[in-house]
Amino acid sequence: MTDIEKNPKVRQSAIGAPSPAHEGTDARREGLDARLVVERGSFRLDVALTAAPGDVVALLGPNGAGKTTALRALAGLVPLTDGHLRLDGTELDRTPPESRPVGVVFQDYLLFPHLTALDNVAFGPRCHGATKAQARAQAAEWLERMDLAAHAGAKPRRLSGGQAQRVALARALATHPRLLLLDEPLAALDARTRLDVRAQLRHHLADFEAVAVLVTHDPLDAMVLADHLVVIEDGRIVQEGTPADIARHPRTDYIAHLVGLNLYRGQAEGHTVRVDDTSSVTITTTEALTGPAFVAFPPSAVTLHRDRPTGSSARNLWRCEVAGLETHGDQIRAALTGELPLAADLTTVAAAELDLRPGAAVWATVKAAQTHAYPA
Amino acid sequence: MTSSWRGGQGSRGARGGAPLPLLLPALIGLAFLVLPLVALLIRAPWRSMPDLLTSTEVWQALQLSLVCATAATAVSLVIGVPLAWLLARVEFPGRGLVRALVTLPLVLPPVVGGVALLMALGRNGVVGQWLDSWFGITLPFTTAGVVVAEAFVAMPFLVISVEGTLRAADPRYEEAATTLGASRFTAFRRVTLPLIAPGIAAGAVLAWARALGEFGATITFAGNFPGRTQTMPLAVYLALQSDPEAAIALSLVLLAVSIAVLAGLRDRWMTPS
Amino acid sequence: MTRSVRRTRRTRRTLQVTGAGAAALLALSACSSSDDSTSAKSDAPASASASGKLSGDVTVFAAASLKESFETLGKAFEKAHPGTKVTFSFGGSDALAASITGGAPADVFASASPKTMKIVTDAGDASGTPATFVRNQLEIATLPGNPDKVASLKDLTKSGLKVVLCDKAVPCGAAAQKALDAGKLKLTPVSYEEDVKAALNKVVLKEADAAVVYKTDVQAAGDKVEGVEFPEAADAINDYPITVLKDAPNAEAAKAFIALVQSTEGQKVLNAAGFLKP
Repeated sequence: MTDIEKNPKVRQSAIGAPSPAHEGTDARREGLDARLVVERGSFRLDVALTAAPGDVVALLGPNGAGKTTALRALAGLVPLTDGHLRLDGTELDRTPPESRPVGVVFQDYLLFPHLTALDNVAFGPRCHGATKAQARAQAAEWLERMDLAAHAGAKPRRLSGGQAQRVALARALATHPRLLLLDEPLAALDARTRLDVRAQLRHHLADFEAVAVLVTHDPLDAMVLADHLVVIEDGRIVQEGTPADIARHPRTDYIAHLVGLNLYRGQAEGHTVRVDDTSSVTITTTEALTGPAFVAFPPSAVTLHRDRPTGSSARNLWRCEVAGLETHGDQIRAALTGELPLAADLTTVAAAELDLRPGAAVWATVKAAQTHAYPA
Repeated sequence: MTSSWRGGQGSRGARGGAPLPLLLPALIGLAFLVLPLVALLIRAPWRSMPDLLTSTEVWQALQLSLVCATAATAVSLVIGVPLAWLLARVEFPGRGLVRALVTLPLVLPPVVGGVALLMALGRNGVVGQWLDSWFGITLPFTTAGVVVAEAFVAMPFLVISVEGTLRAADPRYEEAATTLGASRFTAFRRVTLPLIAPGIAAGAVLAWARALGEFGATITFAGNFPGRTQTMPLAVYLALQSDPEAAIALSLVLLAVSIAVLAGLRDRWMTPS
Repeated sequence: MTRSVRRTRRTRRTLQVTGAGAAALLALSACSSSDDSTSAKSDAPASASASGKLSGDVTVFAAASLKESFETLGKAFEKAHPGTKVTFSFGGSDALAASITGGAPADVFASASPKTMKIVTDAGDASGTPATFVRNQLEIATLPGNPDKVASLKDLTKSGLKVVLCDKAVPCGAAAQKALDAGKLKLTPVSYEEDVKAALNKVVLKEADAAVVYKTDVQAAGDKVEGVEFPEAADAINDYPITVLKDAPNAEAAKAFIALVQSTEGQKVLNAAGFLKP
């Protein structure tokens, strides 16, 4: 490894020779500071990203939002139309991908099928000037660290999904990148493996001393692995913050849906929010606000009734129709249409008692105490 | 591939495996290709064969054929694989036209190809005159000229085959290599090349076979001189003028050698281990 | 040693013979228009006019070197005998002989060598004995202006000169070898070409400095090459035999066509192309 550090390419970026233009802006020296603008036909990506060494940033968003494009721009595989990219104070906008201190774990890993796990990991060090023996020694060390020493001689097609993922991670880390990029690192795995690999990846990312950016469409992955979430929709950042923050205060339907919340935007007046785009439906909340506001409440806060409840103290009461039913573990989630589109969770027993089926008319109530309103 | 086919036949039986609308034309196709060869075998002058096979001229021609076809394949590999890469991986204006130009030697009658080569690389050719006056190199009537003519005719087979394989190969492996610090060339050499090796091997075999049988461009560009430019197809053609039986015998020698070489290559290089 | 390296004279000669050919054609058409008595001009007794009405297709298989002259004669024949149509198949004599013995329907076979004609007669496909109608003599084709000053066959053995010969398997190569043997010369060419046209083309394209080809080929190439006659050529003169074929679908017309070829007019056209009288 010492040999790699001696490599001028790597060392330069590690030391981060500051460019004169940014001398004195100490905060910008370390870590990632980027504004990525990429135009592709009618699609325009424009996102600003900053991160300090040790940060793990997750880019979260629906398919086609531009997450992967952002990642490819960071790696240098897609040229920037505009903006800038600085890593540890070094301008990288015009640096070709092979000269960037960036490591990438690709979505389906892209392990070179003709090379063994060991040679896959040794590929990077070899390209950075290490001799074959040195590169292999380093690779062996990385595989050891990833608990893969036994599979060093295996070709990628003989590796399980989880093993391949770790080889890919080792390969990316073996060049000592100052920026680690992970594109949907868990998407190719089945549910069981995913749980283990996610835990391991979290462990490895926690150890990683530079900036890591991961792209995912799975909020759980994002929340478990990252300490900062950036939500991208249609090429723009719609919200960013800590996972907890975003889970509690979603600002778009997409995020609300991801974190499993019912979300409405409307005009607040005291404890009442008049929901936009409905025929004057109001939601009573505990918080008192004025002006544009969001109201959010989890599906579990919704109670369903076959007949209009009479004795209920709930102020929020809407007449709805069941549009669809979906099983979630031992719970059933009902999608409702009507005065207010809603998702409601209930137990299978309750669903059976209510005789819920698509098309059935129901009454939904939500206690004000279970809603959460915040300024839009 | 061979093993899976065999496996299919073993487990399901020939009747279940191959529907008649496919089997019938397949067999006709096979017969169509093999029948002329069988006819050659039947009509071959087996009695005079030993005399023919011990003649030095035949051995000379055979040796020259093998050397030149192999050299032409090597030349095609060195310049054809990068050309295929260019066509498959780099967007540039007029790429479709360039692709069409590359396949031109396939449609050009080989004799015309030979004349075109003379006009380009001959002693008085567009480029050839400079080769001659600057370096004293003349290609016509030389063994190198045979290699040039064969490469001209055979290379398109290689380029088309390799380009097809490259297009089917995932370009993201090259990207993965560059993110690991590999230059585009290193990525090509250490990642792409091994990945498309089967396609290159197939293309090289095609090119080699085409070069081995090359006649028109060779005799037009390089002439016909025993030991220097007279390859087997030329010897066969000229034998046909005077002694058709000898021509059949020579053709059989060429066939036997090429089948032996191709079968050997297939076993060693073209079956997945 | 007859030396005839004279570019200007040769060109003039070409013009002369072209004139002669045209005159011969005029004579033929004149003959056809006036219909009878003027045919005294023809020295062929079995002339077409004698047999009266001829019609239908005549298929002539002829050596490639006969192409230009036979096409001229074919047109003249059609004009002299309205209702007939002459179809040619030109090619290497060996290939043509192979087609004929293989059963190709043809009326006339004109070969460039007795050897190939023998293939046909041996197979019993000829009707009667083939007659020699022209002879072809070898000539050296050099680059225009004869820059290497080639004056004899011996000059071709000079080192540094790129000479192409026909392969011994084809008639022009066998003839060249005969001429070399006659002069007791040993010549190593850069290439043994597959046929006479290929050998000539190497000089036309200036890839070779000289080639030993037929006089007719030098003639046909115009000013792209320059001809040099040499005495040894007399020892390697090539006879061109012609015959009606046994299974000729139109034997009458075939006979008439051969008569035309052998007539004074026919010979004039052939001479113009560089062929010698038999």
